[in-house]
Amino acid sequence: MQVMESTVSTQRKKIHPHKFTLWIGIGSIIMMFAGLTSAYIVKRNQAEWSSVIIPKIFYYSTVVMLISSLTIQMALKAFKERNMHQYRRLITITALLGLGFIAMQITGFMQLTEAGSRLEGSGAAAFLYVIFGLHALHVLGGAAALLWMLYRAFSARIRSYNPVPVELAATYWHFVDLLWIYLFVFFLWKV
Amino acid sequence: MANDSFHGHPEVVTTHEVHHDEHHVHHHKETFITKYVFSQDHKMIAKQFLITGMIWAIMGGLMSVLFRLQLGYPDQTFPWLEDILGRWARGGKISVENYYALVTMHGTVLVFFVLTGGLSGTFANLLIPLQIGARDMASPFLNMLSYWFFFGGSIVMLASLFIQTGPFSGGWTFYPPLSALGDASPGSKAGADYWIIGMALFIISSLLGGLNYIATILNMRTKGMSMSRLPLTCWALLFTAILGVLSFPVLLSGVLLVVFDRHAGTSFYLADIFVGGKALPNEGGSAILFQHLFWFLGHPEVYIIILPAMGLVSEIMAINCRKPIFGYMAMVGSLFAIAILAFLVWAHHMFVTGLNPFLGSVFVLLTLLIAVPSAIKVFNWLTTMWRGNIRFTPAMLFAVGFVSLFISGGLTGIWLGNSTLDIHLHDTYFVIAHFHIVMGVSAFFGMFAGIYHWFPKMYGRYMNNSLAYIHFWVTLVGAYLIFWPMHYQGLAGMPRRYFDYSQWLSFSQFSDLNKFISTVAMIVFAVQLLFVFNFFYSIFKGRRVTSTNPWHATTLEWTTPVRPGHGNWPGEIPEVHRWAYDYGKDGRDFIPQTEPVGPNESKHH
Repeated sequence: MQVMESTVSTQRKKIHPHKFTLWIGIGSIIMMFAGLTSAYIVKRNQAEWSSVIIPKIFYYSTVVMLISSLTIQMALKAFKERNMHQYRRLITITALLGLGFIAMQITGFMQLTEAGSRLEGSGAAAFLYVIFGLHALHVLGGAAALLWMLYRAFSARIRSYNPVPVELAATYWHFVDLLWIYLFVFFLWKV
Repeated sequence: MANDSFHGHPEVVTTHEVHHDEHHVHHHKETFITKYVFSQDHKMIAKQFLITGMIWAIMGGLMSVLFRLQLGYPDQTFPWLEDILGRWARGGKISVENYYALVTMHGTVLVFFVLTGGLSGTFANLLIPLQIGARDMASPFLNMLSYWFFFGGSIVMLASLFIQTGPFSGGWTFYPPLSALGDASPGSKAGADYWIIGMALFIISSLLGGLNYIATILNMRTKGMSMSRLPLTCWALLFTAILGVLSFPVLLSGVLLVVFDRHAGTSFYLADIFVGGKALPNEGGSAILFQHLFWFLGHPEVYIIILPAMGLVSEIMAINCRKPIFGYMAMVGSLFAIAILAFLVWAHHMFVTGLNPFLGSVFVLLTLLIAVPSAIKVFNWLTTMWRGNIRFTPAMLFAVGFVSLFISGGLTGIWLGNSTLDIHLHDTYFVIAHFHIVMGVSAFFGMFAGIYHWFPKMYGRYMNNSLAYIHFWVTLVGAYLIFWPMHYQGLAGMPRRYFDYSQWLSFSQFSDLNKFISTVAMIVFAVQLLFVFNFFYSIFKGRRVTSTNPWHATTLEWTTPVRPGHGNWPGEIPEVHRWAYDYGKDGRDFIPQTEPVGPNESKHH
């Protein structure tokens, strides 16, 4: 044990490498959306720009997203307190809220289409579909990770008290939440 | 710090480290698949990147030979061309469409698949864990995925060469409308979709790799390896990875909008276009918008290509001059300055697109500022060589060649960075000459230097020196003979991307020069095949490496066994006590980083 410990401690780690990797990955996702929203700003000042009326349902999906951020934070807390029962319940709720969010985004898209704002063209609606759609894909990725953790939490064979995967999922989930708020406010402000 | 090994309780223990620490004597059994194919060992992944990159380099180089054939001998036919290219060269003459496809794919392949994937992928994977003292990357699994996304992207891009309508042919910059309209040219049909898919996979690969390189350098350094003791290779690879992680996603968003323009009827980039006399319905799009998004990646991309070469050259220079690198902190600082400026100069590719002249002058200033860190680096390489005890190994020759090319190509960058001169010089052979010398050939020289130098670490054998010297001299002389005359052609106004200049009175005077350039290009290409032969021959038959530290270098990769297993060090990871450049100190030839500082040792810096 002594030998192993000394070998391991030769690698200085202030932050878990996987967490650090996630943070850099988040930086790179931010750059992608920064590229898209700056394209929006450039495009907005050009000819043939058309505006779009943002459906009410996107306000409700924002609330759902915020609540899910709260539940995953509570899930992380429960996990750290080894309250696995509570953890399983909260992680399930978070995953369901995530899927609910995506369902609401799709409903929002359908309402937009019905209102005549189609993807074709060059106005705000085209950007809205692409940017919100790309964000929804990122939420879907997060939900997939949550479902995998759900499977692990209910599996009888796996007994893991390593908090790193839960912390990674929580960080990512908060990120897609904040990203959504940025995008939503951006559209409300710039539309 | 010395007490760490007794009291330090690390917060986290990643599983693979413990795994290897437990098994370092009787190494766990590996099958052919886990060792050579789906390997998670960074050294094997480096070799996979290198060999895939070399295959791409041969293909990309061959493409240039084929289109140089057309440019040098526009009035002749080569029946054997029809044998290899079929209907793309009917009657032994390359068709116009195929000429543009070759030019486009030559750019795409060499910029992305060779000099980004092949160069960073090889040396970041090989050197980062070995030089910082880590058993592997932060996430060996993501690292493996990084290669396999690269492989997937390569296969898709390769497949596009064989489809009926041919690969994308609208230039490596993928500008709309040629990229966004299937009707624009044959290559804009399926070829453009293949290009998009191939590049998307490539971008994912480069992001996964970059995340790993950054996390590994910042988090996995061995005890005593502070950032200021890091070899310059690792610094360069760190900045390269940061540039990639921040700029490639922007290209992805730019290309994503092209996908919607192609297939979903949007008009992000399309407006007022007539095809076959009929007006398209697209209104309000802006092709210039794509150029902004593209060059926001595209400019950092050239530094993604050149920074690793700079890092490799700095390291090889110090080792083979038996002197500390001159101005270590200035080297790091100039890398940092280049990385920052890389994001602030993209519009110098767009001076003649109707850019606001005031904005243009801001970009001129920022562009010319890059001359400062570049000049610092050149100065430091020259002063490292100054009065050094130089060993002219093949690696060192290529490093010196790199500096020569970087100076020659960098000077013309100062011309091109001026928006007024650019009115005359844009889209001419002057630009071709500039960027081929400063980031094409010189990055290749950095890569060759790295391959010759670290080949003993990769395969436990040396490459053949005689072949290497032939390779070096022919390539260096050839590179200048190819690209130097192009400056004159460009100054005379000869535009790039034309199929046949012989019918054009202003430029038909260059027909002999074009013939000369094409002939040299063929010779240089043949010599690259000699290098490839040397590489593969030496893997199996090269002279064996007998000592663990054949170059008498200070860095940690030479403290591993000649053929290190997965985990790199059989015992404990060595501890670092000094910077990487203690050469010729206190009467000693070199002092390894692992040696503690002696009581009477002179202070260095």
